[in-house]
This record gives sequence, C-alpha cells and structure tokens, in this order.
Amino acid sequence: MNRTEDIGRILKVSGPLVVAEGMGTSRMYDVVKVSEKRLVGEIIGIEGDKASIQVYEDTGGIGPGEPVYPTHEPLSVELGPGLVEAIYDGIQRPLSDIAAKTGSFITRGIEIPALPRDKKWNFVPQAKKGQKVTAGDILGTVAETALIEHRIMVPPGIEGEIVEIGKGSFTVEDTVAVIKTADGKKVNIIMMQRWPVRKPRPYKRKYAPHEILTTGQRIIDTFYPLGKGGTACVPGPFGSGKTVIQHQLAKWADAEVIVYVGCGERGNEMTDVLIEFPELKDPKSGEPMMKRTVLIANTSNMPVAAREASVYTGVTIAEYFRDMGYSVALMADSTSRWAEAMREISGRLEEMPGEEGYPAYLSARIAEFYERAGLVECIGSDDRRGALSVIGAVSPPGGDLSDPVVQATLRVVKVFWSLEDTLAYARHFPAISWLRSYSLYTDSVAESVREAIGDKFLADSKEAMRLLQEEDELKEIVRLIGLDALSPKERLIMEATRSIREDFLHQNAFHEIDTYASLQKQAKMLSAVLKYYREAQKALDAGASLDDLLNLKVREKIVRARYMREADREKIAEIEEEIVSEIASLKKEVSQ
Amino acid sequence: MTPHNTRTRNTPRSTPLNAKKASVKGSRKLQGIIDYQTISSVSGPLLLVEGVDGVKYEELVEIFLPSGERRRGRVLEVDKDKALIQIFEGSSGIEIGQTRVRFLGKGITIGVSEELLGRVFDGLGRPRDDSLPLIPEEFRDINGLPINPFARAYPNEFIQTGISCIDGLNTLVRGQKLPLFSGSGLPHNRMAAQIARQAKVLGAEEEFAVVFGAMGITFEEAQFFIDDFRRTGALERAVLFLNLADDPAIERIATPRVAFTAAEYLAFTRNYHVLVILTDLTNYCEALREISAARKEIPGRRGYPGYLYTDLASIYERSGRIKGSEGSITLIPILTMPEDDKTHPIPDLTGYITEGQIILSRSLHNKNVSPPVDVLPSLSRLKDKGIGKGKTREDHADSFNQLYAAYARGKEAQELAVILGEAALTDIDKKFMSFAEAFEARYVSQGEYEDRTIEETLDLGWELLTMLPRAEMKRVRDEYLEKYYDKTAAKLKKEEENA
Ligand SMILES: Nc1ncnc2c1ncn2[C@@H]1O[C@H](COP(=O)(O)OP(=O)(O)O)[C@@H](O)[C@H]1O
Ligand SMILES: [Mg+2]
Repeated sequence: MNRTEDIGRILKVSGPLVVAEGMGTSRMYDVVKVSEKRLVGEIIGIEGDKASIQVYEDTGGIGPGEPVYPTHEPLSVELGPGLVEAIYDGIQRPLSDIAAKTGSFITRGIEIPALPRDKKWNFVPQAKKGQKVTAGDILGTVAETALIEHRIMVPPGIEGEIVEIGKGSFTVEDTVAVIKTADGKKVNIIMMQRWPVRKPRPYKRKYAPHEILTTGQRIIDTFYPLGKGGTACVPGPFGSGKTVIQHQLAKWADAEVIVYVGCGERGNEMTDVLIEFPELKDPKSGEPMMKRTVLIANTSNMPVAAREASVYTGVTIAEYFRDMGYSVALMADSTSRWAEAMREISGRLEEMPGEEGYPAYLSARIAEFYERAGLVECIGSDDRRGALSVIGAVSPPGGDLSDPVVQATLRVVKVFWSLEDTLAYARHFPAISWLRSYSLYTDSVAESVREAIGDKFLADSKEAMRLLQEEDELKEIVRLIGLDALSPKERLIMEATRSIREDFLHQNAFHEIDTYASLQKQAKMLSAVLKYYREAQKALDAGASLDDLLNLKVREKIVRARYMREADREKIAEIEEEIVSEIASLKKEVSQ
Repeated sequence: MTPHNTRTRNTPRSTPLNAKKASVKGSRKLQGIIDYQTISSVSGPLLLVEGVDGVKYEELVEIFLPSGERRRGRVLEVDKDKALIQIFEGSSGIEIGQTRVRFLGKGITIGVSEELLGRVFDGLGRPRDDSLPLIPEEFRDINGLPINPFARAYPNEFIQTGISCIDGLNTLVRGQKLPLFSGSGLPHNRMAAQIARQAKVLGAEEEFAVVFGAMGITFEEAQFFIDDFRRTGALERAVLFLNLADDPAIERIATPRVAFTAAEYLAFTRNYHVLVILTDLTNYCEALREISAARKEIPGRRGYPGYLYTDLASIYERSGRIKGSEGSITLIPILTMPEDDKTHPIPDLTGYITEGQIILSRSLHNKNVSPPVDVLPSLSRLKDKGIGKGKTREDHADSFNQLYAAYARGKEAQELAVILGEAALTDIDKKFMSFAEAFEARYVSQGEYEDRTIEETLDLGWELLTMLPRAEMKRVRDEYLEKYYDKTAAKLKKEEENA
C-alpha cells in the first residue's frame, strides 16, 4: 500500500478529467487510483505537484478532497497465454470476467487481472539448460489454442544463461525458467510479461512489406492490396461499410493473429464478432476464427478516456505476437473516436486547440501509432521475422475527407480505401471507389502475387483498371450527349466495365460463398469477365451486332461465377470456352 | 480574487422532496445538509457557487428562489471550493445573495415500478398527471450504467411493422436503434405512430410497452401521440415523459435519460419488450449546445460541443437486448434535420451511433408518396441476421439486394432522362426507369393505415422485379429465381391472359 505522504488529493473534477495535488512522487503516464472507489486513471500532465489525470471510468459522485493513490507504474498490459479469444475493455480488463462478477452492466472500480491467474498451461521447453539466451529468444511454447502456439520469449532487457528450465503445467505467474545474467544475478522468468502500452516494443530491423496480405475481398486483393506489415485506412461516412470491411478482414485476411479494436463504436458490433467468430471456420485450418483473435471493446457507451487507451492496448498486444514471429493484423474501428477522445481531454486541459478543436499533436500521435506497424526482424537470435499490419477505419463528420483525422492518417498510411456513399446507397459493396483509392504496395507485392498465381492475373488487373478509367471518361460523354454519341466499341467497353463492377468488384459479405474469394478464384473470375470483352471486341470488328453480343446466354454464367464454391473454382475456366463457342456460333449466323 | 462569501448552515428542511430519500443511499448530507447562499455568478443556465465543501461531480442540486420556487440542477464541474451548476429550469429570477443552493449528495434519480405504465411525467420524471405520486420499488440514477458488450444478446428477432420499405428493405429487429431522419413539416410523427401501432413479432403474443420521451415538441404533437396510443389501447402500456416546447429547455437534457431509466427497468427487470420513441433529438442537442456555449467550451461543428457523439451514444446505446433477460429495448429516435441536411452534426453523429436510419424525403412527400421514405440512403444494419428462412422468408436477402440495385439503376436512368430526354435512354434503361416509378408508387407508398404482412411485401417485390429481364437479376440465387421470379412472372402472365 501507499505511504500516506504519497497520497494526493483531488482539486477538480470535470468529466473524465481530474486534477489532484500532492502528486510529487508520480511521473507522467503513471497509473493512479482515484478516490476510495479506486477508479483507474492515468497522469497526462504534471505541473509542480499537481497532476492532470484522465480517468478511465465514470467520475460521477467524485469530488475535491478525495484521495488519489499513486501506483508508480505506467499504464501497461499483461502479455502471456490467455490473450487469445479474450475480450478486453480499453485498459485490458476482461469483459467476460466483469460480466461474471457484476452482471450485465459495467460498474466502477473493478479490478480483475487480464490473464487468468489460476489457469494452468502446458509449457513445452525449447531451450535447454546451459544455453545462452538473449531477449526475444524462445524458451518454450504453449499450445494456447488450436491455431496459436504461444511462444514464451525471454523478456526485453534480459540476457544470460539458462540455469533452470521447467516442463509441464504452469500458471502465468509460475517460474518456468531461471536465467543467470552476466553480473551473476538469477532472474526468474514467468510466462507473463508486462509492457507499457505507450512504448513500442523493440525489434531489430524493419523491412519494407513485400508479401501480399490476401483478404479474400476482390477489390482489395486485385486493385488495392495491402502488404504484410503495411498500413491502410478506410475512411467513409456512416453506413458506407467501414465496419463490415474491418470485420471481413478480421475474418478472412491470411494473418496468423488478429487483434480487433472496437474503439468508441457500437456494442452490438462487438457482440456480433463474439457470436460469429467462434462459428466461422478458417479456410486453411478449418478451426474457428476466434482461436486466432483478441478483441478489445471500448464501445461508445463506455468511458471516453479508455477509448484513447484502447488503441494502444491493442497495438501492444499485437506487437507482442509479432515478436513471436507471427504475421499479425490489427483493425481499429474507429480511429476517429480515439482522436475525439484526445480532443475532449485536450479541451478540458484547456490546451491550445488546432484544427477543428483537435490538439496540435494529433498528427504526431496518429503517425506514431501507424509507425508501430511493420515487417520486422524480431529480437532474439534466430532472425525470425514478424509482421504487424494495421488497418484503421476513419469516420469523418459528414464523410468529408478534409477532416483533420483523415488528412493526418493519409499522410502516413500507404493504402487508402475510399468509401463512397453513392455506391453504398446502390448497395454496391464493398463501396470502395475503384478510381479514388490507392495502394502504394501494388508494385512491391507484385512478385508475391506472381508467385502465387502467375503473371496473367497481374496483367488482367491492369487491363481492368484501364477499362474502368476509360469508362469514367465515356460516362462523362454519355452524361453530356447521350449514349448515341458512343460507337459500338465504346458501348462494349461500357458493358465490360459494368460487368467488372457488378460481377467482379461487387461482393456480398453476407453471402456464404461470395463473402470470401481466394486469389485463384479471383483470377479466374476476372479472366472470364475480360475474356468476354476481348472476344466480343474481336467479334464486333468482324461485323457482329452489339445487341447480339450483349444478349449472349453465357453472360449469365459470368454473373454467377461468384457463387461457385472454392472447390469448384476450376469450372469458372469452362465459362471462357463457352464464351468462345457462343460467339463463334453468332458468327456463323452472321455469315449465313 | 474571489469575493468573500457567507456560508449559512441550515438545519434540514422538515419535508424533504421525497420521503424515500433516506433509503436511497447513505449520504454525508443527511446529518447536516448545507445550504449555500454563495452564488457568485449566473450565466445563461449556469450558476457558479463558491465556498462549497464536499460537492461531487454530477451531484443533484436544489435551488431555492426567494419567491419560494424550487428548481433543480446538476453539478457540471467542481474545482476546489467552486461548483458549476446547470439549472434545468433556467436561471431567470435567480438573485445572487438571495437564492439558496443545496447539494443533495446523490445523482439524479427517478423512482421506478411497474406502476409507471399508464402514467404521464414531466421531462425530469415528476408526475404530470393529476394522480398520486408513484410508489417506487426502487430509485435509479438516470445516467444508468454501460451495458457490457459481452453481456449483450445480438438483436435478431424480426419486427413486422407492416410498412414495406421497413420490413422488406430496412428490416427492424427487437433491440435495434433505428432513427427517423426527417425535416420540419414531414410526416415523421405519423410514421412513428404507425410503427408503434403495427409493430409485432410474428408468433409472439406479448405486445410492446411504449416509453415515450418528448423533448421540446409542441403540445399538439404530443397530443397526437397520446390520442393515437389511447385509440389503440396502447396508452395503458405506455409511460410518457413530456418536456414540451414551453417547458424549460435545459430539462430536456435529462428527459431521454429519464425515459431510458424507465425503459431499462421495464425491459431488464420486468421483462417487457419496450419500444422507446424519443422526439425530437434536435431540440435535445440544442439544449446541450446552449450549455456548452454558456461554459465557453471550444465549439465543434456548427457550435455543437465536441462531445456530442459521446453524449448521444450514452443515450442511444442503452437500447438492446441482454443475455439472460427476456425483455428488450427497441429505440426509434426522431430528429428533424436542419435544412434537410443529412451531414448536419445531429443526423450525422446519430447515424454513426444508431443501427441504421430511415430518411424521409421532402420531394417524395410532395409527390404524395406515403410514407415518403428515401429508400437509397436508408439503412438497417441489423437486418441481415433478422431475416431469411425461419424469420421472414428464404428469398428476403436476395430480394432486397436486387430491389436496391434495380431502384438505384432506375434512379440513375431517371436522372439521365431529365438531362437528355427519355429518348436518349437504351431500352433496358427505360425498363429500369419504369421499374423505379412503379416501385415508388406501389412499394414505398402504402398509406398510413395499410398494414402489410411480410409475405405481401416480399411478393410485391417480386412482382415489381418481373418488370425487368431475368438476366438482370444478378443478386439473386438460381433457386430463388426459379422459385420466385419465374413463378411470379408466370402467374402475372396468366392473370393478364385471363383479363
Ligand atoms: N461487403 C458488404 N456486403 C454486404 N453488405 C454490406 C457490405 N458492406 C456494408 N454492407 C451493408 O452496409 C451496412 C453498413 O455497413 P457498416 O460497415 O456498418 O458501415 P460503417 O461502419 O461505415 O458505418 C451494413 O450493415 C450492411 O448492411
Ligand atoms: Mg462502423
């Protein structure tokens, strides 16, 4: 417990901000416990012995004169077996345990450890007694779930010789190994590490992403791919599909670990994940998706300051799995709520406001956050690599992209999936604009795509994009003069692009088959769509009528290719043969 | 320098506001309630009281005017010995030095019991009807507590409203929050009343209990709902919290919270299925803006405070279902969009929190489409798990996807026709255009008293889709094409031949 002289006194309470005096022994970003209710707070400003504290719980009923207890520790997360399949609030309190303890509503001052203390895990040693190890070296593993082998690493800052290593059943607080450091000290290693959330975890080296992170979403993988270790953002007005995209990525991205941060958004969206993920099967392993997922839920009805912390809690957990050598993907929905929480606290601190009332350090914070993504060589002596990809949703007011959060985000992320409300209104999903979006990874991941499915797909993708751009110009002509102004060839382009949009880019997340398409299936679908265009173009040159070409029966099959199961995807190629033969029979009719 | 303040220590008043108080929560004030006469400034609806001791954030305050009038307030901020108070009834008539302020040592609470049903209260939860005060089973803080997302049950039970563009296209489910975005002069009240009148869960016997929260609407508007509830017998199952246009504006800030406190009790303690109707959120937000301006906070967009999102979320997110509880709270908030602008902060932030939105359109209203729902930007985010086999019908998802796509294309063709004339359209575009017209006239428009079953709605959808070629049914699975599209087409053809 605290010595009495350490205990501060509240001077002021204004929403989530508390100011206390007598805080001389505390440092910036230390956690404190506010009032006898022991509400969790974090010091975000110090002046003399006065501290400004953002409180992660509701401050109703708290007032001046009440005590503030320092902990002399920064806001940290617990890292170790037990993370996967958990659902935490913004400061890593397990929501399932909270529900068990306090019922359906979250009360205040609850203290429950993030990792279960009584649960025993089977530790299988990998390192041997006598072995010299450094920080990051893998001591052993725990089969945490069917999908995740949890690698127990030497914590950062520790180096030496293993003098003892255990085997068998341990809790996260039991010593599994003893390391003798250079100065002869013996350090007990437990399976749990603590790490301050605002401090990036160390790695040896960063590399530019070069491998595609496939997502099973056609417009993303084909046109605007993300690289493993890359960053992306999805800005758009409400209802344009940000959350569905984030959920789709959490379900289908070929990452080994998913950290999903629901930051200041709807409670039911987290419930949806909680219900759906245990049912959904990973296409590769057949295991439930939940077995690779960690959830952080600080929904919009939960205290605002904890929203600010939630993204850091999430990214620190994600870095920890990256350190094990995994490819990790983190989704944050929505980073705007995080920025707004920053704005609210900054306003109450009466800091000088920048654009739209956001603090001047907004862009710096956003940049620092995305900078925690990357493809890295992990610490440890085995040169393993880990990747952390970060995808942030942004919710600008009125969908206006000049919003400071969008602008600050676009300056740092490398992929921009631009959502358009007009597409969403027509229920063209994903409502990602094929013209306005971009990916700076397209070239760097091309080699990995080529390796996976060959050259043709890359060429087809370029061709499809060229046609879409051409369509944009043609549409302008149609708007001004009418369809009559177009030549049959141009009209064929318009039909081909309609097919690209409706039969390929459009993808229904709620259709059991359409929801996911492997790169192989994507390649076959796109190839069929373009085959029709190329063959029809030739036929048109040879004198076929446009109407006949538009009414080919085989076009219905192109429409339905999306509903073919992955197991049957080879059959999509047969459509191409039918295209050729139907057009050939048209020609015959013409010549007769 | 702060002015020197006099402190008066009074003995507690002999008749406390409610006799139950002693049982509510132990409080330091019960032994010796302190009245302060140390108001140092009054600005708009705000009071600053100095020299206070032991005051808590969010504490309930009573203000005694020299006239004998008693008002209520809430602590917005407390800084050492200064407390900033928001007065629900406004500050007119408050005189520095003459007015006494008493801190009650608790937050704002209301008494709840099943007796709430059938009663009318003011915007702060005090009886507005002539009958006796409610005998509460317990008192609850109006701010409630956040529902743990882990404890939520996902809303997935279809509510049939009998309105095609809701049931067919933007399906409402139990526990959803689905606002009506409207404009002044549009029939949002009639639509909300129609939903309240017709809403039912197929196969379930219980009827909805209605919690109605009015914020700054006119007497006439409130009376419209009351009459409608009375006519259908819903009034007995309804509890009304009315803050009307001539009631104190700041009181509105409490009204939705009071309403939700009642709703949570009825739903999660008493297992009712509750339908909460809140109107008009725009007035609520304006009251919030007034407070923010009086506090000289840095204004966000259009002068609304930066925390408007969080504030609205603390209301809207109280709806839903929770595991292990039979009841549910379904919310239909109504708001009028200033200048019909969907990007205005009130609809914008609402749309970011609620689970979809139904948008009314002035141009459809002028075309006599009733209800004038602007289908394309309307959305129900929870429909996907509330429809389909066993809930509505297997073809439902494909059917609405196709209707949406077709209507959007029809509207596009309509626009093109406006610029270039209908002659410039291709044959297929012409078909889409006539589809869009028929869709508005027959599917969207149905009138205030037509209660369509979900089958009728879905069948009507297919009937309209047969106006388009089969090859255009890109969003429909083969099996449903045969089962619904082909069958409907054949049936219509037969009827035509017979005619
Ligand atoms: N890929 C998709 N497939 C089908 N429906 C979608 C898709 N993306 C979005 N939607 C629809 O749009 C709605 C809004 O999407 P959501 O992701 O919640 O929007 P946002 O997060 O941008 O507000 C969803 O409820 C769903 O009905
Ligand atoms: Mg969303």
